Amino acid sequence: MDTAIRIRGLVKAYDSLHAVDGLDLDIHAGEVFALLGPNGAGKTTTVEILEGFRDRDEGEVSVLGTDPHRAPRRWRDRIGIVLQTSGGLDLLTPREVLSSTARAYRTPRRVDEVLDAVGLAEKADDRVVGLSGGQRRRLDVGLGIVGDPELLFLDEPTTGFDPQARREFWELIRSLATGGTTILLTTHYLDEAEHLADRVGVIAGGRLLALDTPANLGGRRREQATVTWEEEGARRSIRTDSPTAEVARLAARFPAEVPELTVTRPSLEDTYLGLISPHVQHHTPTEVPA
Amino acid sequence: MSTLAIGIDRAVVELKMFSREREAVFFSFLFPILLLSLFSVIFSGQFDGRMTAGWFFLPGMIAAGVLLTSFQTMALSVATERDDGSLKRLRSTPMPPASYFLGKVGLVATTSLLQLVLLLVVARVFFDVPMPATTGRWGLFAAVFVLGVFGGTVLGIAYSSLSTARSIGAVVIGPMLVLQFISGVYIGWDSVPDWLRQVASLFPLKWIAQGMRGVFYPDDMSSLEMAGTWEPGRTMIVLAAWAVGGLVLCITTFRWFKRGTV
Repeated sequence: MDTAIRIRGLVKAYDSLHAVDGLDLDIHAGEVFALLGPNGAGKTTTVEILEGFRDRDEGEVSVLGTDPHRAPRRWRDRIGIVLQTSGGLDLLTPREVLSSTARAYRTPRRVDEVLDAVGLAEKADDRVVGLSGGQRRRLDVGLGIVGDPELLFLDEPTTGFDPQARREFWELIRSLATGGTTILLTTHYLDEAEHLADRVGVIAGGRLLALDTPANLGGRRREQATVTWEEEGARRSIRTDSPTAEVARLAARFPAEVPELTVTRPSLEDTYLGLISPHVQHHTPTEVPA
Repeated sequence: MSTLAIGIDRAVVELKMFSREREAVFFSFLFPILLLSLFSVIFSGQFDGRMTAGWFFLPGMIAAGVLLTSFQTMALSVATERDDGSLKRLRSTPMPPASYFLGKVGLVATTSLLQLVLLLVVARVFFDVPMPATTGRWGLFAAVFVLGVFGGTVLGIAYSSLSTARSIGAVVIGPMLVLQFISGVYIGWDSVPDWLRQVASLFPLKWIAQGMRGVFYPDDMSSLEMAGTWEPGRTMIVLAAWAVGGLVLCITTFRWFKRGTV
């Protein structure tokens, strides 16, 4: 498998604080990779180093085969960046912004095609100031993909979205991934990572704590399941390695439906919180601003 | 696309944004024209037959207009673009940095030329101000205008780094207003106390205004200048020095990212 991003021994310190402290990570071409971590974990710093916006103190970084800090301007032809905020577009229309941005790239996508892909065809000629939060974010994605990038950086893309807008946004990202774009996503939302990512990396204190598929992260799959039901007016629950057998026993005991029956495994969120809990205590939660 | 082609496209985008921002159009673009009209009407009784109020104020208004459309527009817009992430967004694309600056130069060149033409038409048609009669005067006019606009643009971009989007308005407009009062824009140059004229002489606005007086005023009025002549050579040297210094400052201090981020 080709490697889109290769990180070895990455270190970045601000004064005495090690924002990134010896990070190793490979991101494969064509995958959707979610980088999770509490505020101050080093996510933003890492991503900004990969984007070529920040220099590093130590380590090796290669993005699409190039060191981002020494990358020529043409390297940016092959990457797309969806920033956390992009202001200053209020007075233009989505079509104007996309057309102008497209001119900087060597092989841009057609603007109409991008407008369709991000669902802004009907708003193409309205001023950006009148767009909703979700539409604006989709325009940001449009700006990220108008250069037809091989690798797309998405920094906390759905913060502040309503549930419907998030679902639509996820569809858009999935369609990009299907088209073969490598996507590096940072997010605070565990369900987002679970929906979108092929693999998840959890970082805290500038180090990688866990790296796996969302289903396997932190040994989730091997964890005991919890079977709960209601009996004589009280909630009962059992933790078990064999939930199917437990449910069968319950089904035999009850004459009809087992009241309030559920079988759960630790959610990605439970696993994640368990992973980072030793780190958030000792760490000052100061996010390096974007 | 080439750096120049992208730069021209940036200029078109900049002009679209500028024309859609009514406050900017009013306060920097139309302001000198409004003031010229206002002053011409208010002070019309205070001038003898030889000079009219419109004639008297035109050079100062041209000078103020040059600094408003170049220095003020650049300082305000670049500081805002830095803080709202526009610059970071542009930096994340393969756009050559030079294209961004070409776009700014295109915006300033277009707006200040348009403003100048409007000012001259209003002065000529409504207030009967005589236009320069010799090619020598038009030559001086073009040189002062181009040097003033270029210097104002690079100085404005450099000045934008001094502050944040939130406070850049006060940081720009306050000093600009003081400078306009002591540089002979709103108040006749010969009415400004000598020590304030010395202060004003350190800055380009005084020299642009003086150069423009040399272009539009009758020759014998040069006796009202500090040196008793229009000093066209010295004007060129001072304005060129500011332009070169501004360019160096602009290149050495320019930042694409908000203060304290990268």
